[in-house]
Amino acid sequence: MSRLPEFRTKQMPEPKLIFERSSTGRVGCNLPFADTPDVDLASVLGEVREELNLPEVGELELLRHFTNLSHINFGIETGFYPLGSCTMKYNPKINEKTAGLPGFANLHPMQPVETIPGALDILMGVRDMLCAITGFDEITLQPLAGAHGEMTCLMLIKAYFESRGEGEKRHIVLVPDSAHGTNPASAARCGYDVRPIPTNDEGNTDLEALAKALDGSVAALMLTNPSTLGLFEPNIQKICEMVHAVGGQVFCDGANMNAMVGTTRPGDHGFDCMHLNLHKTFSTPHGGGGPGCGAIGLMNHLEPFLPVPVIRRSDNKVVADYDRPQSIGRVSAFYGQFLMEVRAYTYLRAYGKEKMADISRYAVLNANYVRARLKDVLPPAHDRPCMHECILTAEKYKKENGVRALDISKRLIDYGFHPPTNYFPLIVPECFMIEPTETETKETLDEFCDVLIQICKEAVETPDLLHDAPSTQIVGRLDETAAVKNLNVRWYPVQ
Amino acid sequence: MPYIPHTDSDRRAMLETIGAASIDELFREIPENLRVQPGTLDLPPALDEPRLMAHLWELSKKNVNLADVTCFLGAGIYDRYIPATVGAVISRGEFLTSYTPYQPEASQGYLQAIYEFQTMISEIYGMDLSNASMYDGATSMAEAAIMSTGIKHRDKVAVSEAVHPHYRQVLDTYCWAMGIEVVTLPAVAGGITDFANAAGASCVIVQYPNFFGVIEDLDEARKVADQIDGLMVVVADPIACALLKPPGAFGADIVVGEGQPMGVAMGLGGPLVGLFTCKKALIRQIPGRIVGRTKEAHGDRPGYVMTLRTREQDIRREKATSNICTNEALMALATTVYMIALGKNGMRQVATSSVQNTQYAMKQLTAAGATLKYEGKVFDEFVLQLPKDPVAVRDALLEKGILAGLPLGGYYSQLQNCLLVAVTELRTKEQIDTFASALKEVLA
Repeated sequence: MSRLPEFRTKQMPEPKLIFERSSTGRVGCNLPFADTPDVDLASVLGEVREELNLPEVGELELLRHFTNLSHINFGIETGFYPLGSCTMKYNPKINEKTAGLPGFANLHPMQPVETIPGALDILMGVRDMLCAITGFDEITLQPLAGAHGEMTCLMLIKAYFESRGEGEKRHIVLVPDSAHGTNPASAARCGYDVRPIPTNDEGNTDLEALAKALDGSVAALMLTNPSTLGLFEPNIQKICEMVHAVGGQVFCDGANMNAMVGTTRPGDHGFDCMHLNLHKTFSTPHGGGGPGCGAIGLMNHLEPFLPVPVIRRSDNKVVADYDRPQSIGRVSAFYGQFLMEVRAYTYLRAYGKEKMADISRYAVLNANYVRARLKDVLPPAHDRPCMHECILTAEKYKKENGVRALDISKRLIDYGFHPPTNYFPLIVPECFMIEPTETETKETLDEFCDVLIQICKEAVETPDLLHDAPSTQIVGRLDETAAVKNLNVRWYPVQ
Repeated sequence: MPYIPHTDSDRRAMLETIGAASIDELFREIPENLRVQPGTLDLPPALDEPRLMAHLWELSKKNVNLADVTCFLGAGIYDRYIPATVGAVISRGEFLTSYTPYQPEASQGYLQAIYEFQTMISEIYGMDLSNASMYDGATSMAEAAIMSTGIKHRDKVAVSEAVHPHYRQVLDTYCWAMGIEVVTLPAVAGGITDFANAAGASCVIVQYPNFFGVIEDLDEARKVADQIDGLMVVVADPIACALLKPPGAFGADIVVGEGQPMGVAMGLGGPLVGLFTCKKALIRQIPGRIVGRTKEAHGDRPGYVMTLRTREQDIRREKATSNICTNEALMALATTVYMIALGKNGMRQVATSSVQNTQYAMKQLTAAGATLKYEGKVFDEFVLQLPKDPVAVRDALLEKGILAGLPLGGYYSQLQNCLLVAVTELRTKEQIDTFASALKEVLA
């Protein structure tokens, strides 16, 4: 059983802003002076700027500043991070090392493509492996993040219908009520009207409602499989058939691909296209909210519309193809998140053919284990085996003890765990979405479950402990309403 | 198993607690015909760590990396010095492996760093405020254009031909999907933008310095934006803004840009970091995350949270200001460290050295037989007109270890004989002289 840390970080002094450590004349980097002749800046540039209010600090002060900030920031390497829908798995250190190789890090995106054959091999290699894993005909690595990948998929669908003269007619995109917010937002970015589709009591797509919504005005259904309820959609083939029967396309939100790697392939389910989050499933680090990395998979009928450049084989060579008359164009400035692709490539090659399925198998084992261990205190929202994450509800504590899911989550921070996702999906009351991932040990899961059981006991006996949590961090709960009301989004020097 | 810590006894004990006989049983809801046997996918064999490292090392060696040649190529991505402190900070696991700071109490470190980022980016661009970053400069510009159509309720935007061609291609894609018309304002003839055709657009978009390296007249851009009652959107190089009058001082409404020159590896152009700043009045239309300073709900300690969240997709869904969710936090952190490491004096020193080197290179390269295409003032990049095919010249110089720049014929049919050359603070007099004499040989 974990105990509350003795040391309260609240005893630490408030961290200063770097601007408050500035002193005129200091520089934090030993920089070169040009050895070319001096110039008169005003005659070369015209008006020259005088004020540039940036901090002036030395190198050691700079490092201490950020080291101290890192101490008040929780990462996967700090502790267990069971954030549902985010797949916070271990980010292998070798990936950082390979992505830092000078032959990858020091490449200019506009240098002649003939000088980067090794980089093209990486892109082609990731493409080939993702084709095999997802079952799609084609992969592009151009999108820069998950939502960007969703949007790119919808653009492909839009271009496909325009090429068939159906662009005007098909203006509706169907999105289940359990979907991530990026789905409807991405649809709106492609000019589509969004219609919600309800989820039934078992947690599956409501087929009757879907049938009613389907007609010739539907461009696509955006479906997350496994759903955000952590459940595999057992009617997936039928759903795809229904949408195809009215001429629509089916997009798979791949946020939950970690449940399927090596075990089942979305391309076999009937989907036409899908986005992947390489920063979730394929271990590239989240970096505090980015960079993401959003590959997409698609079937051959969407291939003519791929964004440029298309990385493909030609005469035993890998080339970057721009001669794509039906392409939607560019979605990002260069080749996508190349150094993230190097990391994903490294990760994929570490698992390889023999071990790839272990990713989904142990992710699902871990999630079901947590679900089983917590079922008496936090009942699952659905009485079915879960996939890579389990959705539990704390409704009982809200009703009986006035303790919300958020309070339980905040108390977890006191015990040294990052909270799971709360209040999503929106359709489960007082929701906990716990995604342990495959890289956690049984011991860690046991400690986490023991603590949650303890907290649920506290919820009944000493609910105020939870309302006041966390009390071990540099700050207590923050006033988010005041943040909006008294907007302060940058520092100004004291006059 | 790599990265998976389970022992046989762990697995057995866990299955027993679950009440399942095997892991396969947990997948029983997946229809039988959709399951694949583990280990049967068409994938290459697994590699152990030393073999993996050796394999990646081999692949990396096939590329011509810029440590081995002298780089005069820019065009939006610049070969600038990255202080050692940048890598030291962004590789710390507490930052590298954290998620979006949705739990502010456990994420104060990152939130404060982003607040510092927002402050310094606003300062560099001379703007009221900044968001917490976008994907890259190109998508940042497309978002600015779309934001302007929402504010002005128009479905047309105007962009200068002297804006980076890739940025304009991304803009075209985004605008096509939303049914927005893109008007291109000519610039190739004189090297600066002719704003005559901007009427009816919700914004005019201009780059500063522009793609040809020329410093555009932003007073003119402001004037035209006012005439058409549109927004003035500027794509600005943050390093140049250390010396140039910042776009905000000209009254720009939205200033965006690419943060890569400030401490981010070129990395074949990814990951980059999009900068996005605007006037205070526009804050509720801004895309992406913003960090705000507040205080404890039941105490006095200051702290930081993500704020104005009702603009965002997870709350507002299809009515959100953008679909962006993940941004480029880690790269924003890199630029934050960079801006602090250099500070006021270092930023100006880098910019001044770049200007000096550029002026010297212009002199030496024109003496070697090239001419300058445009007369306008430049910061650290310029267009050379060559008496020979620029692609052939570029390739010949690469043989001599010089990455000479970008031939422009592929982007602008009128610039078939032109080469875009950038000279950063990292170039030396000797390297520039070597470039000039090599060019002379190649042109001879």
